[in-house]
Amino acid sequence: MYPAPFQYHRAKTVDEAVGLLAGIGEGARVLAGGQSLLAILKLRFDEPTDLVDIGRIANLDQIDDAGEVINIGALATHNRIGASAIAEAIPIVSDCANGIADNQVRNLGTIGGSVASGDPSCDWPTLLHTLDGEILCQGPDGARTLDINGFVEDLYQTALKPAEIITGLRFKKPAAGSGGAYCTFKRCAPAYPTIAVGVQLTIRNGQVDSSRIALGSAGLTPIRASAAEAELTGGSLGADEINKAAEAAVAAADPYDDRRGSAEFKRQLIATLTKRAIAIAQRRAGGETVKNSPEYY
Amino acid sequence: MNDRILITVTVNGAPHEREVEPRLLLVQFIREELGLTGTHIGCDTSYCGACTVLLNDLPIKSCTMLAVQADGYEVRTVEGLEKDGKLHAVQDAFSEHHALQCGYCTPGMLMSACHLLETNARPTDLEIRKSIQGNLCRCTGYSNIIKAIASAADKIQEVSGQEVAGGNPV
Ligand SMILES: Cc1cc2nc3c(=O)[nH]c(=O)nc-3n(C[C@H](O)[C@H](O)[C@H](O)COP(=O)(O)OP(=O)(O)OC[C@H]3O[C@@H](n4cnc5c(N)ncnc54)[C@H](O)[C@@H]3O)c2cc1C
Ligand code: FES
Ligand code: FES
Repeated sequence: MYPAPFQYHRAKTVDEAVGLLAGIGEGARVLAGGQSLLAILKLRFDEPTDLVDIGRIANLDQIDDAGEVINIGALATHNRIGASAIAEAIPIVSDCANGIADNQVRNLGTIGGSVASGDPSCDWPTLLHTLDGEILCQGPDGARTLDINGFVEDLYQTALKPAEIITGLRFKKPAAGSGGAYCTFKRCAPAYPTIAVGVQLTIRNGQVDSSRIALGSAGLTPIRASAAEAELTGGSLGADEINKAAEAAVAAADPYDDRRGSAEFKRQLIATLTKRAIAIAQRRAGGETVKNSPEYY
Repeated sequence: MNDRILITVTVNGAPHEREVEPRLLLVQFIREELGLTGTHIGCDTSYCGACTVLLNDLPIKSCTMLAVQADGYEVRTVEGLEKDGKLHAVQDAFSEHHALQCGYCTPGMLMSACHLLETNARPTDLEIRKSIQGNLCRCTGYSNIIKAIASAADKIQEVSGQEVAGGNPV
């Protein structure tokens, strides 16, 4: 299948990319790894006049974990993040990066593209909700930093302004005593999750100091399940609290019937995966090493 | 509109310069421009992995990459596995263990398997399975493919330090 014809531009710098996008206007699209965009172009769901390839902008794929905040360049691929020191140190990052699609897709797909696509099935936005992340952008009016909350406004729609690109993502290193897990259920490796649940807990003296729970593929945008978090915070992760949190997560979701499953099936998955992610997060918060990878049908 | 672009892609060690339409996919460049039809198009939607090639030594799906994105890069395809008339150890193992039936998925399987063995000389069963999670086979049921990759790993280990049966240093 051929995409409709377009002009191709390869940007060498962020400024050049923004300049090209602003100059061309409405018909221009950013091309990063192409793992979402090319499928859309081949099916001709979109017919841009121009593609601005940012894939070779130098130093936009760096992963910096020197300080208290972890910075990941927009062009870091899923596989590079999955094999990095931060994935080693923060297991929820490894869960997410290594659970995306298959080896081939992970070698090209980027974290910036995953966030920019505004796709509720993409895992990075859900993970960034779990880790309270921020998005670094640059556009014709300069640079700005956006909160992940509210960034995905609607299905495939983000808060990015015209000609604005994502340059990086960042989140605070989880505190000592904090543990997280990202659990997904999928048809097979080269498929988006049917449901994804991210949980990050900080536990002190057996008590939950803070908790974050986010859901992917559970509605038109990634969903932060604040009511579910409230069920856990201040408690001691008793069975009753965990059940209530799972129920609240289901209530926060708005799943729909599709090829991956019925809305009812997805609700059950949300409950199951929320409990599973809480259990793994709790063990990891206690210093245990717990393996976690996607589960398939 | 749609100006052609001059690109150079090194395929199996040989540089190829062509003027291409930006919308040309890498798999079409390989098959139609260069005539290397060993790389197959199965689904054309990035699910099946039949089109898997190595780009700068990493497996990717060539139906989901533009040829212009590979400009200046190195591509390896199934045609590059055989050296001096001898099959690569992985090819030999696929033949020996009946790891193919119709053969449609095989070029992609071989490239994923090669990448695994180039980066992990002693893969576990799980690592072998994970390495082909993006390669669909509708015939074999995978068991013989997994056996073949494990046996190729053993073969390469046996002759490590020397040239392997396929003549390919690994
Ligand atoms: C078979 C298959 C299975 C997959 N399974 C999963 C999965 O399980 N989980 C998952 O999370 N993802 C999955 N994906 C999607 C994959 O993660 C993509 O890599 C990712 O969604 C997009 O990243 P990209 O670099 O390829 O972006 P592209 O495809 O190049 O771009 C995607 C969109 O974002 C825009 N864009 C890209 N980068 C930027 C930027 N820096 N600034 C502004 N806009 C930008 C583009 O214009 C485009 O609209 C799958 C993809 C395939 C093909
Ligand atoms: S043809 Fe490329 S993945 Fe199926
Ligand atoms: S041998 Fe027929 S698809 Fe694999």
